[in-house]
Amino acid sequence: MIAYIMCFILFLVGLYGVITRRNLVKIAVSLSIMEISTFLFFALIGYIDGGIAPIVDPADPAKTYVDPLPQALILTAIVIGLATTAMLMAVIIRLYRKYGTFDIREIKKLRG
Amino acid sequence: MNPLIPLFVVTPLVGAFLIMITGRFIKESDKYLTSFVLLFLVFISFYSLLTTGENLSVYKVGGWEPINKVPIGIYMVMDGFTSIFVCIINLIGFLSAFYSSSYIKRYTAGNYFYALFCLMIAGMNGVVLSGDLFNIFVFLEISVISSYALVAFGVEKNELEASFKYQVLGGLASFLILFGIGFIYWKTKTLNIADIKEVFNAGYDKSYYLFVQILILSGFGLKAAIIPFHAWLPDAHSSAPSPISAMLSGVLIKAVGIYVIIRLFFNMFAVSEGMAILITTLGTLSMVIGVFLAIGQWDIKRLLAYHSISQMGYVVLSVGIGMTLVSRGANQEVASLAIAGGIFHLINHAAFKGLLFLNAGAIEYTIGTRDLKEMGGLAKSMPVTSATSFIASMSISGIPPFNGFFSKLIIIIAAIMAKFYLLAALAVIVSIITLASFLKFQRYAFYSKSDVMKNPQIKEVPFPMVFSMVILSIICVLLSLLAIPDIRDAILTPAVNILTDPIKYSSIIIGQ
Repeated sequence: MIAYIMCFILFLVGLYGVITRRNLVKIAVSLSIMEISTFLFFALIGYIDGGIAPIVDPADPAKTYVDPLPQALILTAIVIGLATTAMLMAVIIRLYRKYGTFDIREIKKLRG
Repeated sequence: MNPLIPLFVVTPLVGAFLIMITGRFIKESDKYLTSFVLLFLVFISFYSLLTTGENLSVYKVGGWEPINKVPIGIYMVMDGFTSIFVCIINLIGFLSAFYSSSYIKRYTAGNYFYALFCLMIAGMNGVVLSGDLFNIFVFLEISVISSYALVAFGVEKNELEASFKYQVLGGLASFLILFGIGFIYWKTKTLNIADIKEVFNAGYDKSYYLFVQILILSGFGLKAAIIPFHAWLPDAHSSAPSPISAMLSGVLIKAVGIYVIIRLFFNMFAVSEGMAILITTLGTLSMVIGVFLAIGQWDIKRLLAYHSISQMGYVVLSVGIGMTLVSRGANQEVASLAIAGGIFHLINHAAFKGLLFLNAGAIEYTIGTRDLKEMGGLAKSMPVTSATSFIASMSISGIPPFNGFFSKLIIIIAAIMAKFYLLAALAVIVSIITLASFLKFQRYAFYSKSDVMKNPQIKEVPFPMVFSMVILSIICVLLSLLAIPDIRDAILTPAVNILTDPIKYSSIIIGQ
């Protein structure tokens, strides 16, 4: 149970960062932290106490295996996460070239 | 097994990669290839709209058959509701791509633009066709990541800032959705929507269920820009290149937001009354607040973006009314009417909002500004743009005989029959304010006198842009035909039936 709570706290740490930080890169890092907490959550729900790696052993079919599906999902989600982070960083670099700052308070052309 | 289903995803994906390669070597091949790919998709989507009807066909990716009636592979499902959506996505997509072929000349790197465009189409087709929760997430990410890039396509200050906001909020929404999927998988040990429904039917924990519903609703609500989650929409939709705005407003927020909410809350969760009333309230808030935010805008595309929020409010409101009635178990006919009204308005909104954004793009293309105060008298020099935007404005404000009138009428009648008198009154008032706002747009852009009209340089936009706008305005008029009972029965009723029937969707899919 404690692992789930830690995972939720990690999510909140990320959320806090996204809301309070003023630096574009730090917002991106906070988003990554939230992302990691989601991945961790998936790894946790697939875990079974005493389970082994899910490669079926025909000699002893009664063994306990961990659930392989969340692991497969997370591999997919990590790739997607990489794409979003790369995209976000690309936009941040372009923003820095235009404004010369990472401070979100200086970047406010769009209002209303 | 319906062999057409995977083509909706495979064709644009292959197209995107081909465009990246050929666009580099053969000049202008990218735009012909995109238009060709999308035209092909339009044909097969209309073919499936006409053949699907009440049927439901399943494609099992990789041919993984169910074991003991438990689905193990990824399912792609085509039913009445989905077939309407693929038609909207591919038709608006084709017209926007064709329009882009002259609009996009102001940007460099056209082949990247078309490749991203095809990826976005592939993602949206995947979302609406998928019968698997995690697959919805994957396709959703494909379409929104390409839309992040497309919003920033101009790489000027506005575009980058809008794209940054959009990405942060979109990322947040993705994590909420992923958490929701994780929680569902934890309890049910399956990801197939129909199978999850079966597991939930066998019994569930009430508070856990509610928590998951809230996670899913806020995640997809952020993607759909329902009102407490709307902050990114006006920036992103007004900063993107105009054909992309038409895609984002006309299709993307529906396919990855509203569609998934409707599909999951009807066909996966058993609708509870509290949740239905929450959804109705969110819809009402979007409808009212969206239009008030729109009134004060002078930037055409921002004005249209705020109206998107308001019009999506109509859709969510009427679907919510239908959901409330379904959950009460009474008055199924009125519930069907309300949901039909919602879907009808959704189709109409895709047509007229797409057209309005293309009009805004045409104006920007010609005179280089989006500020209403700097325009005027364009009706003489740009007759086609003026006429088509008049049709679209009248459609969105609900003036007969255009399509918006009939869908709003159905929504209002359904609200009255369901005894939601306040909501019916609000729907009428919002419609009147919408009319006022679009009369302002018409007057300032096309009819008032100004110095702009003396400039002899201003003339009608090139043929591809005119073609797309004219076709969309014809569609705007033709869609009114959906109000005729026979045509409604052929197209809208199968979609409504699959949603309102509590077991049909899951039992057919599990049975195959």
